[in-house]
Amino acid sequence: MRIEERMEISKSMIYGAPLIAIFLTACAGACLFLLMGRDPFSSLHTFFIAPISTLDGLSELCVKATPLILIGVGLSFGFRSNVWNIGAEGQLTIGAVSGGAIALIFFDVESVFLLPAMILIAALGGMIWAAIPAFLKTRFNANEILTSLMLTYVGLLVLSFLIHGSMKDPDGMNFPESKLFHEAALMPLLIEGTRIHLGFLIVLFVVAAAWVVFSRHIIGFQVRVSGLAPRAAVFAGFNQNQTIWLSFMIAGALSGIAGISEVAGPLGQVVPSISPGYGFTAIIVAFVGRLHPAGIFFSGLLIALSYLGGENAQIDMNLPNAVTGVFQGMLLFFLLASDVLIRYRFKLRN
Amino acid sequence: MHSLLSLKNIQKEFPGCVANKSVNLSIEVGEIHALLGENGAGKSTLVKIIYGILMPDKGHIEWNGQRTYIRSPIVARKLGIAMVFQHFSLFDALTVVENIALGIPFGLSLSKLAQKINDISELYGLTIDPHQEVHSLSVGERQRVEIIRCLLQKPKLLIMDEPTSVLTPQEAHKLFKILKRLSVEGCAILYISHRLREIRALCDKATILRQGKVVNECDPSKESARTLAEMMMGSQLTVPKRQDKIKSDHVKFSVKNLSSYSKKSSFGINLQNISFDLRIGEIFGIAGLAGNGQLELMKMLSGEVFCDDPETIKLSGQPIGRLSLSERRQKGLFFIPEERLGHSAVADIPLWENGLLSAMRSQKLLNWGFLNFKKSIEFAECIVSRFNVKVVGVGYNASGLSGGNLQKFIVGREIQQKPNVLIAVQPTWGVDAGSAAAIHKEILSLAEAGSTVLIISQDLDELFLIADRITVISEGRISRAIEVVDASVEEIGLLMGGSNNEEDVEEELIL
Repeated sequence: MRIEERMEISKSMIYGAPLIAIFLTACAGACLFLLMGRDPFSSLHTFFIAPISTLDGLSELCVKATPLILIGVGLSFGFRSNVWNIGAEGQLTIGAVSGGAIALIFFDVESVFLLPAMILIAALGGMIWAAIPAFLKTRFNANEILTSLMLTYVGLLVLSFLIHGSMKDPDGMNFPESKLFHEAALMPLLIEGTRIHLGFLIVLFVVAAAWVVFSRHIIGFQVRVSGLAPRAAVFAGFNQNQTIWLSFMIAGALSGIAGISEVAGPLGQVVPSISPGYGFTAIIVAFVGRLHPAGIFFSGLLIALSYLGGENAQIDMNLPNAVTGVFQGMLLFFLLASDVLIRYRFKLRN
Repeated sequence: MHSLLSLKNIQKEFPGCVANKSVNLSIEVGEIHALLGENGAGKSTLVKIIYGILMPDKGHIEWNGQRTYIRSPIVARKLGIAMVFQHFSLFDALTVVENIALGIPFGLSLSKLAQKINDISELYGLTIDPHQEVHSLSVGERQRVEIIRCLLQKPKLLIMDEPTSVLTPQEAHKLFKILKRLSVEGCAILYISHRLREIRALCDKATILRQGKVVNECDPSKESARTLAEMMMGSQLTVPKRQDKIKSDHVKFSVKNLSSYSKKSSFGINLQNISFDLRIGEIFGIAGLAGNGQLELMKMLSGEVFCDDPETIKLSGQPIGRLSLSERRQKGLFFIPEERLGHSAVADIPLWENGLLSAMRSQKLLNWGFLNFKKSIEFAECIVSRFNVKVVGVGYNASGLSGGNLQKFIVGREIQQKPNVLIAVQPTWGVDAGSAAAIHKEILSLAEAGSTVLIISQDLDELFLIADRITVISEGRISRAIEVVDASVEEIGLLMGGSNNEEDVEEELIL
């Protein structure tokens, strides 16, 4: 038996592969539950269906997916142009800190401009944090994978320093938490009684805008050409450093907005751990979504579902938290496997 | 009496194409056998099967009349098959003898091996010093090292893949003498080349492949270069003719004292005081063997690398030496880099998007930064129909086009934008004869219409066919420009070999 390249790559299978991967994940998950001596169907139901069978559950899904999709779309620009920004988690943190600082500085201001200002400053904060690896890359050719990743830890320590210091609530019994934001500094809720907030509208806008930019705008063209053929990008007159800056700035801004949408959204204050690793999970989201804005939207929802399902499985079925990781892992595995089979086929030796 | 090697019904398929289709070929002892065909005709696949790199899907190989399976190059070498590849596999930092020792399985002391190398190089006139480091050797000398490495194995069949593409005409001539001598001694040679004149002079027999099939066998000395080319193409060849045109003395594009110092690596070529003037309506050729500074020159002419002094390069009298590539393009300076996929075109985007690469500004294909789909597609379709590019539609990716068709599209894209000055590197490299003729015709008519064309090429035939004046780049310097009508291939060849001084050349020509 040998593996050989397929003559033609089926277009429909490229988009069908994620669906096949989901189906196979469900099958493998059922087997896993069966081996553990549980009813596979009700277990799958608990994991995949129950979390989103109520309005509340659906809104939670959107809340969880919001930062994942925002960051995923931002990273996809870089990943398409071979700029490997791994530091979205740090950019998210600095964005959240800077936007949160605005909320705390203007704590008594009840203006409609407060929230837009917070979002703007958060985006700027993320961009400044992303500017460091971009500068090091363009000026000194420093590897952006290392610099952006290491800056994540610096960013988390900046948060820790501030939250144990100047950002700490003076009346907070010395807990390392900021004051709770006022109404004007919070993301307005889209549906009363749930937690779904303005951030999700931003997500919809960003996905649509990114889609247009990728397929119809010169920036998207520049990013695609730079990734596929760097020398052709030079031939087209695209500046390589400009592409690097562009990728980092887009990712930084969107990560910063993701940060503020957490702080001014479900959290409502600055806390020591703002994100449970959204910045890293978003890398998976971006690739599962084929680096395409629409794909990233759905993969963001899917990965968010795996978080919710994992929580549900812990509560209802007494399963360990590891079940979330197992399902995310299986999903990636099946996706990569079907990717291989799209491009190659097995042939029995004649 | 059996043939030395015979291939019986060899078939090899790759995804998407049949590379070899029931190929029969036999080579006799001491025969110089040419394998001819356009790019993609299946020559390389066939050679790889003979040398054991690939296994055929169907059919078999007989060696001295016995059925053999050549499973790997090791088996091939044991049988007595040796091969000189187009790209050499030598370590720059090692000496000749060290390089050869690496490729030879039996343990032999370096001094004994050096002695053997000396014997062989004397015997065949392959002058080489076994203790010289490879990076200091010229390309021709490196090829000699590869040949000596093969000869040490006392081969019965020597395969040579495009050996003269890196040689000056004089070096090629020396190589032919060696090959003829080997053949007299009984070593068969399988010779692959595009250069039909060489094949006519050298080979006893030729097998012609087209689309993976043997279409003809002939005695090349009894054919003309034209009939051979037509057998390869399967159609009539129309060679474009240069028109006599009115000469203009008006300088359009000039380069003055262009120099470069590569700081990064000691293997790069420094350009030294390059100066030339191009007139309106002129086709100017720069000949030279690969690696003599052509790439460095193209980078500076195109603006990928800036000159220190803006006055170094002038377009219509204006200094442009420090303008970026796009700024130069806006002034009507267009480029065709050497490599198609990855430089002048992107494989995995549709053809119409490839049209955008150089034309988005000149053809106004952008509206406020948004791609104008309709205009871009029209532009690409216009190129396809005007330049006769064979493609199903402009929505298909560039990777689906054959080399010749893609090159026609790229050349068409630049010509369609009505360049003032067009700079092309190897515009017909690896392109089949029919497409090459079409590209030459377009370049000629562009010049007739009053544009200035600079062609940097290793292919002397190409330059003699279309250029008005010709110069040679060697080790980063260029020689005085010569009118093509006054130039001879020998003269240019000597300049290519590094005789920079024109007096030397004249002397050598007299001798």
